[in-house]
Formats: sequence, C-alpha cells, structure tokens
Amino acid sequence: MAPASNESSTGTQLVKRGFADMFRGGVIMDVVTPEQARIAEEAGACAVMALERVPADIRADGGVSRMSDPEMIQGIQEAVTIPVMAKARIGHFVEAQILQALKVDFIDESEVLTPADETHHIDKWKFSIPFVCGATNLGEAIRRISEGACLIRSKGEAGTGNIVEAVRHLRSITGDIRKLTQADSAELFDWAKKLQAPLPLVAEIAETGELPVPLFCAGGIATPADAALAMQLGAQAVFVGSGIFKSADPAPRAKAIVEATTHYMDADILAKVSRGLGAPMTGIGMDDLDLKLADRGW
Amino acid sequence: MTTGVLALQGAFVLHIQALARLGEEVVEVRTLEELAAVDRLIIPGGESSVMAMMAERSGLMGQLRERISSGMPTLGTCAGAILLATEVLDGRAGQTSLGVLDISVRRNAFGRQVDSFSTQLELSVESLAPGSDPKARAPHSESITAVFIRAPAIVSTGDTVDVLARFEDEPVFVRQGSVIATTFHPELSDDDTVHQLFLDL
Repeated sequence: MAPASNESSTGTQLVKRGFADMFRGGVIMDVVTPEQARIAEEAGACAVMALERVPADIRADGGVSRMSDPEMIQGIQEAVTIPVMAKARIGHFVEAQILQALKVDFIDESEVLTPADETHHIDKWKFSIPFVCGATNLGEAIRRISEGACLIRSKGEAGTGNIVEAVRHLRSITGDIRKLTQADSAELFDWAKKLQAPLPLVAEIAETGELPVPLFCAGGIATPADAALAMQLGAQAVFVGSGIFKSADPAPRAKAIVEATTHYMDADILAKVSRGLGAPMTGIGMDDLDLKLADRGW
Repeated sequence: MTTGVLALQGAFVLHIQALARLGEEVVEVRTLEELAAVDRLIIPGGESSVMAMMAERSGLMGQLRERISSGMPTLGTCAGAILLATEVLDGRAGQTSLGVLDISVRRNAFGRQVDSFSTQLELSVESLAPGSDPKARAPHSESITAVFIRAPAIVSTGDTVDVLARFEDEPVFVRQGSVIATTFHPELSDDDTVHQLFLDL
C-alpha cells in the first residue's frame, strides 16, 4: 500500500539539489517579458530567469536595481511551462520570502541587483525554494553552499558580453578543486583558512573532487562558442543574460546556444550552429568598465 | 551489452554514476551514430520539452522510436517517461513525444518546485528480473526512496501496461514489455533498485 502523504518531505536538500541537477546540459535565459519567455521556451531554454532589466540595461541605466514586480513574474509564469527563476538582492531575505510566496522555482541571490546587505548573505537554509548564488572563486562558492545554496554559478561580468571573467572564475574554482584533491590532511586546515571556508565542506570536496552542488556558468556568454567553452571548462549548464535579447536576432541565437550547450564537444556541430546568426551584442572590454558587479558579495 | 544514456539535456551524469556503482560502463548518446552503438538506453530527467526538441533537431526521434518499439530495453525517468508516453497533457505548444509507452502523462501535475517531495515507495518486483536468481524473481516488494521533482502524473495506462508502484493510488512506476518508466528520480537516491531492474530487463 502506498504510504500516506504525510510521510513525504518537501524542501529538503535532496529535493532542492536534485532539482538543480535537472538543468544540467541546458541553458537558462534572462527574460523581461512574457513574449521573451515564450521565445526562450521555443528555442529550447530549460528555464527562464524573470527580471525587470537585463544586466546590460542595468549597467547602462545605473540606479538601484531590485527584485522584479510580482505581476511581471506571474505574467512570465503563466506564459511558459518550463521552470521560472527570479532574482533577489544579496542579503534581502524579504525579497526572497516574496519570491517564495510567488512560487518561483529557483531564487538567484544575485550581484546583478544592488546588494541590500554589505556583510551578510541570505540564510538560505530557511527556505523551501532552492537558491543559486554566484562565485568568483572556490572559497566564495563554499561559503554560499554553507549558507544553503543548492547551485553555484560563476559570476563572470554580467551585461558585458565578454566571457573573460567567467573563464577566470571557472578556472579558479575547478583549478583549486584539483589542487585540493592533492592536499594531505594537515594541509586541509590551511586550505580552509585561505579559502575562508568551513573545514568539513573543504574536506568533503577534497575527497570527492567536485562541489557538492552543480556548478554552472554565468556572466558574459554571447555566442554558441562561449557556451561550449564554458561547458568544456567544466560548467554543467549555462545562464545567458543579455547575450540573447541584446543581439540583433534573438530567436536563432538562443536556439544555436542551446544546441552548442548539448553538443559542446562536437566542433562540426558548433561550426554549423554558429553560422549566420547576425550581430552578437556589442560587448564591453574589462578596461572600459566603471562598475564591476562581480565585486559584490562577500 | 552496451548501455547508453541520452545526454541531450538533464541529469544524465547521475544515471551514469548509478550504473557505475553497479559495475556497468555507459556511453553518452547525442547523435545517431552513438545511438546505433548501444543495446539499451536510459532517458533521464530534465526538461522534457527541451529533450524532445533536441532529439528532433539531432534527427534522433525516428530512430529512437524504431529501436524502442522493436524491443531495446529502455528506462525513462520523469522527463524520460514523458518522452516515452503516447500522450502528453499540458506540454509546451507543439511538444512531441516518442509514443512508445502506452500511457497518458500530465506535465508538472504536482505543481511547482515548492511542491517537489521525496517519499518511501513500496515497489512490486514480481514481474521483473526473469534472468536473475529465483529469490529475486519470486513476487516480493521492496521499499525505495523516491524523489519527485516537478513531477508528471500518469493519468491513464493502456491494457498491456503493468503498474509496478503507486503513490497515493496513482501509478508512478510502469512497465510495458521491455520499457520501464518512473515519474520519480531513482538516480537521485543512493538506492539502485530501479537501475538493477533496468539491467535485468
């Protein structure tokens, strides 16, 4: 006989981390309208991130950037059948409570929005909705996991169309994991100190050779080749923000990035899907940046 | 026997790890050539609409349908079960499926992620494992941990479909010939019962 439903548990790490695993090999796309959400779903996005302005516009407009209007998020939830994520400001646990009440599927505690707390991130253990957080290095990734994050993404430099920072962050995280697996037990204490991260998680990663949650790439992906580069560097899925809807022809580019993420090891397919996509977003060099979003988060 | 896992999108890596625990080597399947080289297949969890779309774009739909219909042992989990089904309710507009398992499924039937859950299931294993030892073949049931994530519901089953497990009286694990499907994620728990049943098909 089937067990009674009161024996079921929701909001556990098993259920939350397991959901993060389902996005592997996929593309999560930033959208600002239901219409864009439908284009993303048609192109093969495995989820959409609902936000008011894509990072490139946040960068251009300046000012304080906050959680999106619930009405806009609900409009997107109604428009598509795939999971819908939304962003809360770093440390703004009330925005997160509101997003949980709206039943968004995943919350991104994101440096793309203006931080609400200069010291603390959200205590993510308190929520039944899973969280994704950005990281620039292994220590930051482990601190976010210790706060309850169920998915880590590189921060990259959002809204630039420039992959260089995401590459730096991915290489830093995967490179340090490789080194960590070579450390002896005495060295792990020093690693924990240098990473400013809790020893048990450091020891666990040294043992398994991977983060206990999936690692995705975000920040600066603008082309199918960028997505495949992130995947070959060890990311298990990609977030694309401004790269799609700030390009000349979003739908075919979105579709091509999805195919490149699946077939990331197949250069013939990558060559085929990269053809004739029109102009990518213009992009910004790191030397020309006034505001570095990746510096937000502690 | 070469075992393949469809690797277009989703949690295919976790299936590979589960099969590795059972001593099975696995290849990832993304192209027609890779599909031709496998003798049995797992279709993983993930986003069913994306997997269907990518299978079409990679020209895999026809060949998958043909191989599975002609008896290739296949396990579909969650989105994989949706891909196998003859009818998909609440799909993305124009969402296609393989139509090789006579069930009707409703996507996201339990709600959004906040409603995802894990539970213990009683699994009836009497009709499986024909080749293994007599003890395993005898009718008995096993309790397994089942993780349901934005799970589909099987709302109807054809006459030749056996129900191997139910949750709140609704089918969550079914078999038709050499095809088995779960609406939950056996690859997320450490319990490899379902994967062993698949290898015994």
